[in-house]
Amino acid sequence: MNISNRTYIRVAVLGLLLVALVFALYSSFVKDPNAVKVGKAAPNFSLQQLNGPELALGDLRGKGVVLNFWGTWCEPCKKEMPALQQQYDQFKDKGLVVVGVNIGESPVAVEPFIKQFGVNFPILMDSESQITKLYRIGPIPSTFFISPEGEVKEIFLGQMNEAMITEKVTKILPK
Amino acid sequence: MDQRKCECGHTNPIGTLLCESCGKPLDVILEEQTQFPDMRYEGMARRSQTYTRKVIDRVWNWFSSVKIAIGIIVVLLIASAVGTVFPQQPYIPVPVPTEADVARFYTETYGKLGMVYYGLGFHNLYSSWWFVTLLVMLGTSLVICSLDRVIPLYKALSNPRLNQHKSFLKGQKLYAEGLLPAGANQAELLGAAAQALRKKGYRIFSTERALLAEKGRFSRWGPYINHIGLILFLIGVLMRNIPGFFMDEYVWVREGQTVAIPETPYYVKNVNYHTEYWSESEMPEKLDLKGGVIPKSFQTDAVLYVNKNADLPGTKPDLFEVKSGPIVVNHPLEHESLYLYQSGVQEMQLGALNFDVIDQKNGDKMVGQIKMDLYNPPKEQDIGNGIKVRTLDYFPDFVIGSDGRPATKTNLPRNPMLALEIVGENGAAAEKMVYLQGSVITQKANSQYGLVIRKPDLIDITGLNVRMDKAVPLIYFGAFIFMVGVVIGLLWQHRRVWVQFQEDHVLLAGHTNKNWFGLRREVDGLIEQTKLPLAIEERTKA
Repeated sequence: MNISNRTYIRVAVLGLLLVALVFALYSSFVKDPNAVKVGKAAPNFSLQQLNGPELALGDLRGKGVVLNFWGTWCEPCKKEMPALQQQYDQFKDKGLVVVGVNIGESPVAVEPFIKQFGVNFPILMDSESQITKLYRIGPIPSTFFISPEGEVKEIFLGQMNEAMITEKVTKILPK
Repeated sequence: MDQRKCECGHTNPIGTLLCESCGKPLDVILEEQTQFPDMRYEGMARRSQTYTRKVIDRVWNWFSSVKIAIGIIVVLLIASAVGTVFPQQPYIPVPVPTEADVARFYTETYGKLGMVYYGLGFHNLYSSWWFVTLLVMLGTSLVICSLDRVIPLYKALSNPRLNQHKSFLKGQKLYAEGLLPAGANQAELLGAAAQALRKKGYRIFSTERALLAEKGRFSRWGPYINHIGLILFLIGVLMRNIPGFFMDEYVWVREGQTVAIPETPYYVKNVNYHTEYWSESEMPEKLDLKGGVIPKSFQTDAVLYVNKNADLPGTKPDLFEVKSGPIVVNHPLEHESLYLYQSGVQEMQLGALNFDVIDQKNGDKMVGQIKMDLYNPPKEQDIGNGIKVRTLDYFPDFVIGSDGRPATKTNLPRNPMLALEIVGENGAAAEKMVYLQGSVITQKANSQYGLVIRKPDLIDITGLNVRMDKAVPLIYFGAFIFMVGVVIGLLWQHRRVWVQFQEDHVLLAGHTNKNWFGLRREVDGLIEQTKLPLAIEERTKA
């Protein structure tokens, strides 16, 4: 075998190994390729509403969506509810929808809670926590701000007040 | 004169230790026998030593060094050991929802050292970029070291050296030389030697005055075969990162419940869970268990479904049964590459509360029965005679909240509180009552309706580990090839015997990569049979 052939083979072998390295590094950095991230499309799903038909996230295209994961056992969620309701009232005519996803509770437990806070935005019942897993929800409340194009603009973990929600919501309202 | 040119006229590449043609040691002055070159690669120039002009060659040569390979292995070993000092992040025993909590866990639990450990990123060591890079570098080193050595070795061995230079023969560990008696028939002697060696299973290459007997050449490939196995193994480990190749999930399934398996279109139903215990009669001797029991088996009877409506998560699933059967520890339910392992249980958990509704104004006569499913209590139950029971409020894990109102700690029915309303015929006599911690409190002092608490439904919640690992066949295959390589290299030896006549002398040399005793016995036998005038010199090094 002559020298130039040998060089080609070396380049090929080293190139192949470089591809393996890039792949290995990529998968060590991107541990969960399906995780919901800022800048990516929010995965579509459809859930039964507390007092209504099924609602799909995809049907809310064209509107800014605040997707809030919550549970009645979570104190900060409880404190955040009035703020979410207030913001919904303020911006719903400008194309905002607040969607509350309840994590694994029964309607009987959720309904009095909703009534107590006077919530009238759609509450989706994730009874098997399937969507909670899909969105990789850790601590709650977890809130996703989704643009009218269906892109996640911001993810916030923890309790928000009205001013914080206003600031984030203005970025996702349809123009 | 060109240094690489041997006195036999052959031009060898730079780095050649033994002339490719005649086997004479090059660039070595043989003052002492110990200086004879190593026979490991037949004295061939390793390809890396040949050209070092281009960047690609320099990279190649760097990876071709066994010293570098050992360095990488040592660093990997040390790093792997360091990774076991404190638990890795996925195995932290307390929930750590945010990165700040992770940092706090290491600092608070392990002090300064823990802080450093976290700071250096050792809490995710095995998936860190530098650890992964080292692993790939080890793989690269394996490939290049092997290629660089196996090709020259293959070339050398597939072209057996017959007429070796005397100094090559003399350099071998097993060497003998003798003066032939006058009138000896060289051809006859060579023929006899060939026959004796052939009987021992040797393959003979010969010319008029020289022969080479060889056996077990394939054992030289053992180390390279085992490297191929290692490379396949590494590829398998790497393949686990391809989406859809590897999954490790955990699902809790209540008896009677069907849950979705994350990341798959599958659903699993827990039909029944059962723990079997050893009975006293099965025990070889009487044990004082102090009222305790010893479990014999943990079994979930499960059904696996595939959801034909999996495109949009959360929609009502359209389930088709694909498999059903028992899941016992170590005997998973298998479907294609999906495995469901029995790996946990919560037994005797509250599933539903049962009550008898009685008419206290009518001699405590039972008017109906209700069942409150604690995972989804019914809004309203009609118990007959026009009497309805409504659920007003439900707190699965009752606690008094910070605002002084009833609240729930979790969404699991650990300490259920139910607020009920019993409505009599035609909406008459609506009475409210509360169930909490085994007692019923009625709103009115002398209410008409009362509740008698019956035995609740206790259910078992099974913990199933759902695994998928499509790389396993490749990993096992790699391990098998590795073992084949080890066996070939370990149990067989490459033995060679050279016999040569030079003028009136007979020269004999032997080489093997191991088991010199075995080779020595075969050569002794050869000398005895052929009556060659040879006395073997004892040497220490090849």
